[in-house]
Amino acid sequence: GIAGPSLASQYSTNEDPNAWEEITQYNNFYEFGTDKSDPAEYAGALTTDPWEVEIDGLVEKPGKYSFKDIMAAMTVEERIYRFRCVEAWSMVIPWNGFELADLLNMAGVQDGAKYVSFETLLRPEEMWGQKRRFIPWPYREGLRLDEAMHPLTIMATGIYGKPIPNQNGAPLRLVVPWKYGFKSIKSVVKITLTENEPETSWNTINASEYGFYSNVNPQVDHPRWSQASERRVGGGLLAKRIPTPMFNGYEDQVAGLYAGMDLAKNF
Amino acid sequence: MSHALTPAERINMVLRPVPTSLVYIVGALPGLYIVAGVLLALTGTYDVFGTSLGPDPARTIEHWLGELALQFFIATMTISVLRDYFRLKLIKFRRPLGLLTFFYVVLHLGVWLGLDIQLRWGEVWSDILKRPYITIGMLGFLMMIPLALTSSNFMIRRLGPISWQRLHKLAYLAILLGGIHYVMVQKVWEAESLIYLAAILVLLALRGRRLLR
Repeated sequence: GIAGPSLASQYSTNEDPNAWEEITQYNNFYEFGTDKSDPAEYAGALTTDPWEVEIDGLVEKPGKYSFKDIMAAMTVEERIYRFRCVEAWSMVIPWNGFELADLLNMAGVQDGAKYVSFETLLRPEEMWGQKRRFIPWPYREGLRLDEAMHPLTIMATGIYGKPIPNQNGAPLRLVVPWKYGFKSIKSVVKITLTENEPETSWNTINASEYGFYSNVNPQVDHPRWSQASERRVGGGLLAKRIPTPMFNGYEDQVAGLYAGMDLAKNF
Repeated sequence: MSHALTPAERINMVLRPVPTSLVYIVGALPGLYIVAGVLLALTGTYDVFGTSLGPDPARTIEHWLGELALQFFIATMTISVLRDYFRLKLIKFRRPLGLLTFFYVVLHLGVWLGLDIQLRWGEVWSDILKRPYITIGMLGFLMMIPLALTSSNFMIRRLGPISWQRLHKLAYLAILLGGIHYVMVQKVWEAESLIYLAAILVLLALRGRRLLR
């Protein structure tokens, strides 16, 4: 099924997950408006069945893969991940999903591929935010191939064992837990394997504030606010700020991907 | 000799008996509600807000207070424009509205310090010094302090009306900084904050000639 059996994963955190209401009522999904409550209010208009993901570029088997065929081929498991927004708030979310590596291997990655780019659906008649041009739609994101193939990187299709709600990026969205939330692109319709670093939406709009890597890093501040600490959503009015860990707490697993890189320069 | 009252004269007549204390009381209500709610939460006595503030209540309150401050500021600055262009005599309401503006700016700042950044002074100072939107907001706040302190008949007498008026032209700079602060908080060009800034620019333009005098 979409949500899959809840296999406990070695990659899950044992922190308490946020409530369903918090995860599904407090979202950034500018395709449905810029208020945190807008996506929950307006994403119901989105048709997610049928759904196809086009996989092209440097792959052995380019083409359009239906969501149903993808789900039939993938192994879904539960991954309870910390989720850190670039705006300095965070949640803990029990995703259900499959590793992106499995999907890319299904399409067959060619030798020359070095990056993966992703696109969200472009359908302004159902996504009213796309009628406003503050972001050059469709929303685009990208990863280096080794980041994309990392076992922590998943395509999420469910939350709490239920199909992922539209406002959270139905029917499938990327989740890269050691990067700021905006890298985890929602409602994906296109995946392209490329040789060169792809353009990504926030980086295109404001390169000095949003880098291509956008790894969670308490030592590299956003130009307009500190990234040293975060507020965990759901803790109520008086929730204590907590320090933000390097790579959002996934340092042991992912620091090796960036060995020798200046993370202040490649932020 | 009698004549039919103009709409402005009618409004002036209706508002003449309204006491300024009513403006203070009604204007302060949302702020007092928030302060009471936060204090009761701090003492663990009673949950005033429930789920009404959403999953991120501190941020919701912070933004709400900031918007109230801008709304009161715009109302304050509209009074002279209404006098010059529409002959509305609302001048006695300007001080209450101005002081309420200051009240909401102080609460907005207090929530940022106490509930949002939580007195992490290292982050407070680096935010004020390094981040343009916070620097701008803080400058606007600092400019409002002498204005609030001199908002009394006693201080007008003491400063003399001419220096008092000159000092209070700072309000135009402060409101502009407030509007820019709001626009810069957003990640993209947001319609709502741009509308506030546009309203402020219109006010400044309408007052422009007199300001330059």
